[in-house]
Amino acid sequence: MHIEQEESRRDFLILATSAVGLVGVGGAAWPFIRSMSPSADVLAQATTEVDLSAIQEGQMITVPWQGKPVFVLHRTAEQIAQAKNVTMSELRDPQDDKDRVRKPEWLVVLAICTHLGCVPQPIGTGEYGGFLCPCHGTHYDTSGRIRKGPAPKNLEAPPHEFKDDRTLIIGKVLA
Amino acid sequence: MFKSIMEWVDARLPISDLIKSQATEYPTPKNLNYWWNFGSLALFVLIIQLATGIFLVMHYKPDAALAFDSVEHIMRDVNWGWLLRYLHANGATFFFVVVYIHILRGMYYGSYRSPREILWWIGIIIFFLLMGTAFMGYVLPWGQMSYWGAAVITNLMSAVPLVGEDLVVWVWGGFAVGDPTLNRFFSLHYLLPFVVFGAVFVHLWALHAVHSNNPDGIDIDEHKDSLPFHPYFTVKDLYGVGVFLIIYCGFVFFAPNYFAEPDNYIEANPMQTPAHIVPEWYFLPFYAILRSIDFLGSFSKLAGVLAMVGAIAILFVLPWLDRSPARSFRYRPLSRQLFWLFIIDCFILGWVGYNPADATVFGGMPIVFVGRAATLVYFGYFFLLWLITAFDIEKPKPTPTSI
Repeated sequence: MHIEQEESRRDFLILATSAVGLVGVGGAAWPFIRSMSPSADVLAQATTEVDLSAIQEGQMITVPWQGKPVFVLHRTAEQIAQAKNVTMSELRDPQDDKDRVRKPEWLVVLAICTHLGCVPQPIGTGEYGGFLCPCHGTHYDTSGRIRKGPAPKNLEAPPHEFKDDRTLIIGKVLA
Repeated sequence: MFKSIMEWVDARLPISDLIKSQATEYPTPKNLNYWWNFGSLALFVLIIQLATGIFLVMHYKPDAALAFDSVEHIMRDVNWGWLLRYLHANGATFFFVVVYIHILRGMYYGSYRSPREILWWIGIIIFFLLMGTAFMGYVLPWGQMSYWGAAVITNLMSAVPLVGEDLVVWVWGGFAVGDPTLNRFFSLHYLLPFVVFGAVFVHLWALHAVHSNNPDGIDIDEHKDSLPFHPYFTVKDLYGVGVFLIIYCGFVFFAPNYFAEPDNYIEANPMQTPAHIVPEWYFLPFYAILRSIDFLGSFSKLAGVLAMVGAIAILFVLPWLDRSPARSFRYRPLSRQLFWLFIIDCFILGWVGYNPADATVFGGMPIVFVGRAATLVYFGYFFLLWLITAFDIEKPKPTPTSI
C-alpha cells in the first residue's frame, strides 16, 4: 500500500516533468517556426498606388503589389456587359460582377491563378473573353471568375479604392 | 607494422570485424543479376552530388538579385565551374534514372515482400527526400522555370483544408515566391542530402539485417547459395560504375543541356509566367496525374494533389497488397504482364505531363482524357496486383527450392 502510493507519486512527477519539458520544447521551437513567416520589411510593402490616366479603354496593365502581380483592366462596355450577363448557376464560384469591382469600368484582380499560382495571360486570351492560365488551362471571364479548367475559385479581387478619378490604391489603406 | 596498428585500433574500435562481416565477407546471393547494380550506383551518384554541390556552394549566391548571375559566373568565370555545374545538373537526372530502375527492380522481383517491408519503407522515404532535394535545387539558378516551378509546387500546399493559404505564406516567407523563399530552399537543399545520407545508412542497416533478395525471390541457404561480397560483387558493381560513367559523361560533355529547359536561361520574372511550364522529366508522370483530376469542380485541386502524393505513397502498402506465394515475377506470368503495362503507362503519363494542359491529340481529343485513363491504369496496377493475388486468380509457377 505504501509502495503503491510512492509509485503513483513518482508517475505523477514524471508525467508533470515531461509535460513541462514538452511545453518548453514547443516554446523553444516557436521562434524557429515564426522566423520563416513574412518579415517586417515584407509586411511593410502593403499598398501600391497606380496612375490610371494612361490606361485607355480596353487596355490592361500588370502592377506589383506585395510582390504579387495585379491586373488592372480598363473594361470596355462590351466586356462589362459580358461580365454582368451571366446566370449565377453557371458559375463554379458564384459571385456577382458588382461585388468584385468598385467601378464597373475598372477590374482589379490578383493575377494569380487560384489553381497553382501561375500568372494568367492578358485579357482576351481565354474563352469567355477573359484570361487563360497557360499552366493547366484555366479560363477566367471578363470579371476574373473561373469558368473552365481545374482552378477552384475566382481570381481574387484585392482590397482597393479610388483616391480620385485617376489614382487607384491597391491594399488596405489605414485611417 | 600495419598489422600491429590495426590490432591496436581493433582492440578499441573493432573496424576490421565490421568491414569483414558487413562488407568484404557479407554473404550475397550468387545469382544477383545486373539489375542489382543500381543500389550501389545510387550511392555513387549521391557522392558525386555531394562533392560537386559542396564546391558549387563556394561560388553560388542565394540572393534573388544575385543568384542568376552567380550561376552564370560559375559557368563563365570560375575555373572548371561549367564542369561542376553540368556534373551536378546531369547528376540529378541520372540520380533519378538510377533510383527509378532500383525501385522497379524491387517491384519486379518482389523485394518489398516480407521480411523486407521496413527496408522498402526507408527506400520510399529516401525517394521523397530526393524529390524534395531535387525540386529545391532546381529553384536555385533562379531562372523562369525555377521560379514558376517553385510557384506551382509550393501552391500545392494551399490545397490543404483550412490552413492551406497560411501554410503557403509561411513556406514562402512572403506573399509570393521571393528572396526569403530562395534563401530557405538553399538552406534545405544543402541540408537534405545529408539527411538522405543518414537514411541510406539506415536503408543499408535494414538490408544487412534481412539480407538481399534475389532474382528467384526465394529464401536461400546462405552456406550453399551465397558468395562473399568482395571480390565477387565489388568487381561487378565497379563494372556497372564504368558503364554508368560512360553514359553520364556522354551527356555531361556532349549534351549537357539535353535535359534542361531553355526558359531557365531567362532570369526569374514574378510578373510573367512562361507560356508553357514543364517540370523536370523525372516529375512528369506525377505532374500528369495532378493535372488529370480536373473534373471535380472546386474539389479538383485537393483531389489532384492527393492523387499525386498517393501515387508514391501507395508504395508504402504494396507489401500487403501483393499476396502471392511467390515473390519474384519470374514465376508470376500475370503479374509480369501487369508490370510491363505499368512501365508503359508511366511513359505515357510522362508524355502527357510534358504536353501543354490544353493540347489535343489523335485529331481533336483533349490530352487530359489520355491523362485520366493513364492515371486509372497507374492505380489500377496496384488494385489488380492485389486482386489477382488475394483471390488466387494468378497461378504462380513452382519456385525453385535453391539457387
